[in-house]
Amino acid sequence: MVNIQDLHKAFGKNQVLSGVNLSIKEGGIFAVLGPNGSGKTTLIKSILGMVIPNKGSISIQGKHIKNNSSYRQHIDYLPQIANFPSNLKVKELIKMIKDLRGKTTEDERLIQLFKLEPFLDKKLGTLSGGTKQKVNLVLTFMFNSPLIILDEPTSGLDPISLLRLKDLIQAEKAKGKTILITSHIMSFVEEISDEIVFILEGKIYFKGTVSELKTKTSQPDFEHAIASILTENHA
Amino acid sequence: MLKILKYSFYDLMRSRWSYVYFAFYLLLGVVLLFLNNDLSKAVITLMNVIIVLVPLIGTIFGVMYYYNSKEFTELLLAQPLKRSSIFLGQYLGVALSLSMSLILGLGLPFIFYGLFKSTAIWDFSLLLVTGTFLTFIFTALAFNIALSNENKIKGFGYAILMWLFLGIIYDGLFLMSLVLFEDYPLDKISLIGTMLNPIDLSRTLILLKLDISALLGYTGAVFKQFFGTNFGLVISFGMLVLWVVSPLMRIIFKSKRKDF
Repeated sequence: MVNIQDLHKAFGKNQVLSGVNLSIKEGGIFAVLGPNGSGKTTLIKSILGMVIPNKGSISIQGKHIKNNSSYRQHIDYLPQIANFPSNLKVKELIKMIKDLRGKTTEDERLIQLFKLEPFLDKKLGTLSGGTKQKVNLVLTFMFNSPLIILDEPTSGLDPISLLRLKDLIQAEKAKGKTILITSHIMSFVEEISDEIVFILEGKIYFKGTVSELKTKTSQPDFEHAIASILTENHA
Repeated sequence: MLKILKYSFYDLMRSRWSYVYFAFYLLLGVVLLFLNNDLSKAVITLMNVIIVLVPLIGTIFGVMYYYNSKEFTELLLAQPLKRSSIFLGQYLGVALSLSMSLILGLGLPFIFYGLFKSTAIWDFSLLLVTGTFLTFIFTALAFNIALSNENKIKGFGYAILMWLFLGIIYDGLFLMSLVLFEDYPLDKISLIGTMLNPIDLSRTLILLKLDISALLGYTGAVFKQFFGTNFGLVISFGMLVLWVVSPLMRIIFKSKRKDF
């Protein structure tokens, strides 16, 4: 599904990714973890073509993404910070994205699911952080793409919405989709992900299941396993 | 690209600033016509205002729009759209809405005053055409500056400096060099110097069309000889087109390599 080879990226003098090799097979939920500033978002943005790597190659569904834009038709992306044009109404934004990407009827179901009906006529600038994140989720999940990338999907959500989000992610997985998630909430990651990719100092430090990580670090639970990686590498 | 253009244009048409800009030109047109009581004279006064103001507005709007629509841009970048069409679409949205404010704002009062029955119609059209060119040129330059500077304050600073340079400082340097080298034949140099600055070029084009080049003395005669001919006119419009196209090329080039 996604194949990354020897990916390097530096912003000025700040080397963020230094030789990432990663291949993600089709189907399943993959969590990308790592301390702040380890390059998670840079990695995701490279896959999306928003960040141009200095070196290395990325291919999605067997096609190289360099100088290509149509492959994004097959990716649904949830950005980390839900920044939207503030003078647009929620309804207009949804309509616009549908206009740009193609038709879908899923939006109505998702609006109902996240109880967004009362906000449809409000401007995006007036919404609270959590509501914005819900709009963000609707925009991401309303298309039926084989690859879904979620950057911190849980931020700002209330417990009920969080439950709905988990159900939504599981439902997408059941359809055989590939889902890439970054999150700092370890319980969420442990509950939902099939495999973990741990990034440290711009490299893939570990890739495998949660139980493999526990054995590797010989820690009884997931949170301590992650913590032990971090203390060992004094990050 | 057309979809992005549509949304940018729509977005701008709803913003207060387009109306302020439109209302300003409307007022300017009405006041000038009222004070001058004569179409041709109003056109001359208008030229002096347009030549300085249109580039300034284009620059500020261009930079402001780019920075303000950062979120919109990031949203679009994750969609299956080409980068060049995102940025060109936004650019055209800004440039077109500004040009429309200019043309409608100035056009309406002049039409009501009886422009179509007057001989000044060609002078006035030339004024609007160069004004539109200046809008397209300076918006494109502003987009270039904004694309190269992540820092808003820096971007604004450079953009204002660019306007100041092309609008005022360039003329000063140009004049000083003419005074300094007055012992040498300067016709060619001054022609080239004029060509290299879109503001000077527009001003010269309009002045010569208005037939007041006698005021310019000897240089005026040389200019008239050049710009008055069809060849000169074609070259000058070619230069204006080049001034639009080359910043656009850089927008495409830069945007392809930028990280978001």
